[in-house]
Amino acid sequence: MTAPIIYQLGHESIKDHVFSPDRQFLAITKDNNIEVYRVSLGNRPQLLTTLKGHDKTVTAVDISPDGGKILTCSQDRNALVWELDAASKEYKPTLVLLRINRAATACKWSPFGNKFAVGSADRVIAVCYYEEENDWWISKHLKKPLKSTITCLDWHPNNVLLVSGSTDGHVRVFSAYIKGLDEKPEPTAWGVKLPFQTLCGDFITETGAWIHDIAFSPQGTSAAFVAHDSSITVVYPGGEGLPPQAIYSIPTDYLPFKSLVYLSENRIVAGGHNCNLIVFDGNESGWKEAFKVEKQTDLTSDHSNVQDEDEEISSHDALNMFKQLDLKGRVNRPSEKGSGRVLNTVHQNTISSVKVYGADQVSTSGIDGKVVIFSI
Amino acid sequence: MSQSLKPYLTAVRSSLTAAICLEDFSSQVIERHNRPEIEVDNSHNPELILNPMVIARNENEKILIEPSINSVRISIKIKQADEIEQILVHKFTRFLTSRAENFFILRRVPIKGYDISFLVTNIHTEQMLKDKLVDFIIEFMEDVDKEISEMKLFLNARARVIAEAYLTPFD
Repeated sequence: MTAPIIYQLGHESIKDHVFSPDRQFLAITKDNNIEVYRVSLGNRPQLLTTLKGHDKTVTAVDISPDGGKILTCSQDRNALVWELDAASKEYKPTLVLLRINRAATACKWSPFGNKFAVGSADRVIAVCYYEEENDWWISKHLKKPLKSTITCLDWHPNNVLLVSGSTDGHVRVFSAYIKGLDEKPEPTAWGVKLPFQTLCGDFITETGAWIHDIAFSPQGTSAAFVAHDSSITVVYPGGEGLPPQAIYSIPTDYLPFKSLVYLSENRIVAGGHNCNLIVFDGNESGWKEAFKVEKQTDLTSDHSNVQDEDEEISSHDALNMFKQLDLKGRVNRPSEKGSGRVLNTVHQNTISSVKVYGADQVSTSGIDGKVVIFSI
Repeated sequence: MSQSLKPYLTAVRSSLTAAICLEDFSSQVIERHNRPEIEVDNSHNPELILNPMVIARNENEKILIEPSINSVRISIKIKQADEIEQILVHKFTRFLTSRAENFFILRRVPIKGYDISFLVTNIHTEQMLKDKLVDFIIEFMEDVDKEISEMKLFLNARARVIAEAYLTPFD
C-alpha cells in the first residue's frame, strides 16, 4: 500500500468532490461556489475556475460520464448544468427546471449521461433530462411514498433503476424509466416491468436511523447503505414482488459513516465521522468488516498509546498526568499536554464523501478541506 | 477531586463525541431556511430529532444532551449545595450568557431546570475540530466547579474578616 496523496484545498468544508472520468479535473464544493482544479500527479492542483451561480450552500457536485458537463445542486432549490463554452473557454450554467421549493440535497448523473436525478428536502426526487425543442433540462418527479428529505441517490448500471435514502430511515428503489429516452431495460432481480415511478424495493434500518449514503454494486446485483446508527447494510434482491434474498446488517462500534463506495462486487469502503476508511468484504452469503485503511485509536474512549512506560518523569509531570486522568477522564502523556493534539488519521475532521478513483483506489473529501486519494 | 468525577466526565465525553455527529441540513418546512432543528418546533418532522439523554452524577449535578440532525443542545446543571452557591452560580452564568456572542456555542437562555446551555451546530463542527469542542465542554464543567468553590471560600473568608472588623468595637 502506497502513501495517500493529499491535496489541502483551503480550510473550508468540502461537502462533495468529484474527479472527471479521465482524472484530470477535480471539482469541489466550497460554500456557495464550485471550484474546478486541474490535477496532475505530483503537483499541487491548479485552480482553473470558480463557478459562481448559486446563492446558498452547494450540497453536491457531479461530472457527467463523458466528462463534459458539471452538475451542481444547492440549498437555494436549484440545480445547474455547467458546460464549457468553446469560444470563451468559460463554464456557462444552464438552469434545470426542478420544480421543487426546498433545498436540493443530492445529485447524480445516470451511467449513460442522458439524464440525472436530484434529491431534495421537498420529499421528491426530480429525474431530469434534456428537451431538445425547448433547449433546457426538464424534470419528472418521483413523489410517492417519500415522506422525508432525500439524503443520497445512486443509479443502477442499467440507467433505469434509482435508489434513494432518506432521513426517515427508508431506502427505496425506484424505476426512473423515461419513455422515448431510454431503451426498454433487461429484466433484473429488482424488477421486470418498469414503468416510471415503480417502487421496486423498500428497506428500513432496524433503528429507523437516517440514511447517509447508498450505492449499487458495480453490476447492480446488490445495494448497500450506511445509516446514522453506525451500521452498514447490504441488500440482495429476491425478484419482483418477493422479499429480498438476503439482508446483511453489520453493526460497528465506530462513529456513523457518511459515505460508501463499492470497489468491486465483494468489497465496500466506507468513511465518515470516524475520519478513517473502513473496508468491508463479503458476498451473497455474508459480509464482515475486513480492515481499517489507516491505523487509528478509538475516538470515543480516546486513549493515547503510552509507550515505554518506565521512562522517568518528574514529580510535577506526574502530578499533571494524574490530574489529567482524574479531571478529564483521559490518559495523556505529560509531554503531550499543551501541544495541539491531532488525530492520527489523514483527515482531521469528518469525511464527507468517498468516490472511486481507480482500481483499488478511492478519493475522499472532508470538512477539513482536504481531498485525499487512498490506495487500498 | 473526588473519585466519582472521573467516570462522570468519561461518560459525558463519550456521549458528546457520539452526539456531535452533525451535517448540514436545510429545513424541510420553510423554504430557503437552514436552522438548528433542535431549536424549532418539530411536530412536523419528528424524525430529525434523536432521543435526549441525561447523565447525572447526583441530583444536583447533571447534563442533558439533546441531539438532532444538524445541532446538539447541551444543558448543564452545576452543583449547588447551599444558598450561597446558588447565588454564585446564578451570577456566574449570568456573566457568561450576557457575553454569549463571544463564546460561539453558548446559548443565551438556559433550558428550564439547568444553569447553562450550549448549542453546537454543524457550522461549529465545520469551523472547529470536534474533539476540541468536546474538550472545551469537559474543561468548562470541571473548571466551573472549581471556580464556584473558590469563590465560596473567598466569600466566606471575606465575610469572616468583615464580621471580625465589625465586632471589634464591642469586644
